[in-house]
Amino acid sequence: MTTPAIARPRRLQLVAYFALLPMAATALFAYLGTIFWSARISFSGSRTFPSYDFVGLAQYVRLFDNERWLLSLQNVFVYGALFIVATLVIGFLLAVFIDQKVMAEGMLRTVFLYPYAMSFVATGLIWQWILNPELGIQNVLHKLGFAGARFDWIVDQDMVIYTLVIATVWQASGLVMALLLSGLRGIDEEIWKAARIDGIPRWRVYVSIVLPMLGPSLSTAFVLLFVMVVKAYDAVVAMTQGGPGTASEVPAKFIMDYLFNRANVGLASAASMVLLATVLAIAAPLYFVRSRAARSGRES
Amino acid sequence: MLPLTEETDEAPRASADGVRSAAVSDTANGVRAAPVGTPLAVSALRSARSPARRSLAWTPARLGVYGFLLTAALFFLLPLYVMLVTSLKPMEEIHLGTLFALPLHATFEPWRQAWQSACTGLECNGIRAGFWNSVAIVVPSTVLSILVGAVNGYALSFWRPRGAGLLFGILMLGAFIPAQVMIYPLVRALAFIHLFSSLPGIVLIHTVFGMPVMTLLFRNYYASLPMELFKAARIDGGGFWRIFVELMLPMSTPVIVVAAIMQITGIWNDFLLGLVFADADHLPMTVQLNNIINTTTGERLYNVNMAATILTSMVPLTLYFISGRWFVRGIASGAVKG
Repeated sequence: MTTPAIARPRRLQLVAYFALLPMAATALFAYLGTIFWSARISFSGSRTFPSYDFVGLAQYVRLFDNERWLLSLQNVFVYGALFIVATLVIGFLLAVFIDQKVMAEGMLRTVFLYPYAMSFVATGLIWQWILNPELGIQNVLHKLGFAGARFDWIVDQDMVIYTLVIATVWQASGLVMALLLSGLRGIDEEIWKAARIDGIPRWRVYVSIVLPMLGPSLSTAFVLLFVMVVKAYDAVVAMTQGGPGTASEVPAKFIMDYLFNRANVGLASAASMVLLATVLAIAAPLYFVRSRAARSGRES
Repeated sequence: MLPLTEETDEAPRASADGVRSAAVSDTANGVRAAPVGTPLAVSALRSARSPARRSLAWTPARLGVYGFLLTAALFFLLPLYVMLVTSLKPMEEIHLGTLFALPLHATFEPWRQAWQSACTGLECNGIRAGFWNSVAIVVPSTVLSILVGAVNGYALSFWRPRGAGLLFGILMLGAFIPAQVMIYPLVRALAFIHLFSSLPGIVLIHTVFGMPVMTLLFRNYYASLPMELFKAARIDGGGFWRIFVELMLPMSTPVIVVAAIMQITGIWNDFLLGLVFADADHLPMTVQLNNIINTTTGERLYNVNMAATILTSMVPLTLYFISGRWFVRGIASGAVKG
C-alpha cells in the first residue's frame, strides 16, 4: 500500500505539540534548567540561600581543600572499582553457569535476582544486622570456636567501605546475570557446534569468543553499575550513615549534607557539578558510540 | 536508570521459530528497544526449548556446575533467611547471638510491634503509616508517569513534530544526571509554586524522574507497530487523541504491564526523593523504616527492625515473585534505580 505522505493540517500538529508539553517542560526546565542553575550557583558565594554574585572557581578550590570531600572521592573510587568488578564477575559467572542447561533454571534465576527487587535501604539494613559486631556473623564465628576471628568491618574505619561492597554486590549481581543471560541466549548455536568440531574447550570459547560477543550487554551492565556507584546514597545512609566517623562518606551523601544540614549551597553545587561531569565523561561517549553504531548499521 | 537496552532473553529464540518477534530497532536515537513481547512468543519459546534439553550425564563438570550454583544460591538466600528468623525471635533469643539458628519460641509479636507501635522519631505508631503513605505516593505517580510516557511515546513515534527528537535526546541524557544535581533547584521551583513538601509535589517529582525510561519504553513499543495502522486510522479521520485512546491504548497492555511493574517497584523503593520532597505526613515507607532503625534511641529491637524491613520489602518482592519474566523485561528496557 503506497499511501502518499499524509498532509498534516497545522491544527493537528498543534495538538501533538500540546501533548508533548509535559516532556518539553521536563527536558528544558527539570533537566537542562536545573543543571544550568546548579552550575551558576557553583560559581557564586551562596551559603544558606542561593545568591547570584560571581566568585569564579572559589567554591571548587574550597571543595578540593575539603578533607571530607577528598575522603568521599577516595571512598567512591575504591568502592566503585571493587563493586563494579565484583558484580560483573559474579554476574557473568552466574549467567554462564545457569546457561549450562541446568535443572530448576527458573528458580535459580529468581533466587539470584530477588535482591534487586528490594530497596537499597532494606539491603543496607539487612547487612547492617548480619555484620553486627556483637550479635552478627562475628559472634557466630566466635561460638564456632574461632575465638580470635574478627569480622567487625562495619565498625572499623579502614574496612567499612568493603561492607558496602558486599551488600551492594549481593543486591546487583542478579541484574548483571539477567542482562548477560539475555545476551548469551542471543548467541548463535552454530558457534558451539563449530567449537565442538574444532575441539576447543568450553571455557576457551567463553573467554575468547562469547565474552567479546557480549560486548553490548556488558557495556549496558557497566553503565548501569557506574550510575549506581555515582548515585550511591540510600545504602550508605541505611547501613553506616557514612560512619564510623566519616569513614564511609560518599559524594552523593556529602552533597545532601551540605545542601540540607550544613546549609552550604554553593559548595554542594560545585560538588554536584563534579559528580555530573564524571557521569557524562563516562556515560555520554558510550551512549553516542552506540547510537552511531546503530544508526550506521541501519542505513547501510 | 538507563536507556541502553538489550534484547530480553526469549526474543531471539522465539523469532528463530518464526514467531513475530517484538524486538524492535529504534528509529531515531539508536537505542535498542526491549521487546515487550507477545505472550505468544513466550509460549513458542517454551515449546521450542524443551525438546532441545538433553539429559546430561553426571560428570564431575556437571557436579561442579551445580556445586557452584547451589553455593551461590545459598549466599543469595542467606540474608532473607536471617531476616526472617530474626524477625520471629524474642529479644532474649537474639541476645544469645545465634544468628543463623531457627527461633526456639517463634513469635509474631515483633511483626505486630513493627506494624503498630515501633517508634519513628517521636511517634510510636509503627510503620503502617509509612505503608499507606507509600501507597498514596505510588498509585498516582505510577498512573501519571505511565500516562505521560505513553502520550510521549505515541507522539514521538507517529506524529513526530519538529524539534521533538531533540527534546527526546535531552530527556534521555537526563536519565544519566545524578539526582543531587537537580534536587536543590527542584526544591526551590516546587516551593515557588507551593507544591514543595506535599503529596502532589512528590507525585510530580516521581513523574519527572520516571519520564525518560517511561517515554523510551512506550516510544520503542509504538515504533514496533506498523505505520500503516496509524495511516489507516488517519484516513478514517481519527484525530490525535482519538487514535491514542481508541487504537493505541488498547494495544498497549503488555508494555503497560512492564511499565507498571517498573514504576511500582522503583517508586516504592525510592528513598532520596521521598526524604526530600514529601512532607512529614507523607513520608514513604523506606524513609520511615530508616527512621525506625537508625534514629531511635534506647535498646535496639533487632527483631522488630527486621520485621519492619520485611514489611517494607513485601510489596516489591511480591510483585517480583508474581511477575517473574515481566520484571526481567523491565530491567532489560532500562532498569529503574534511583
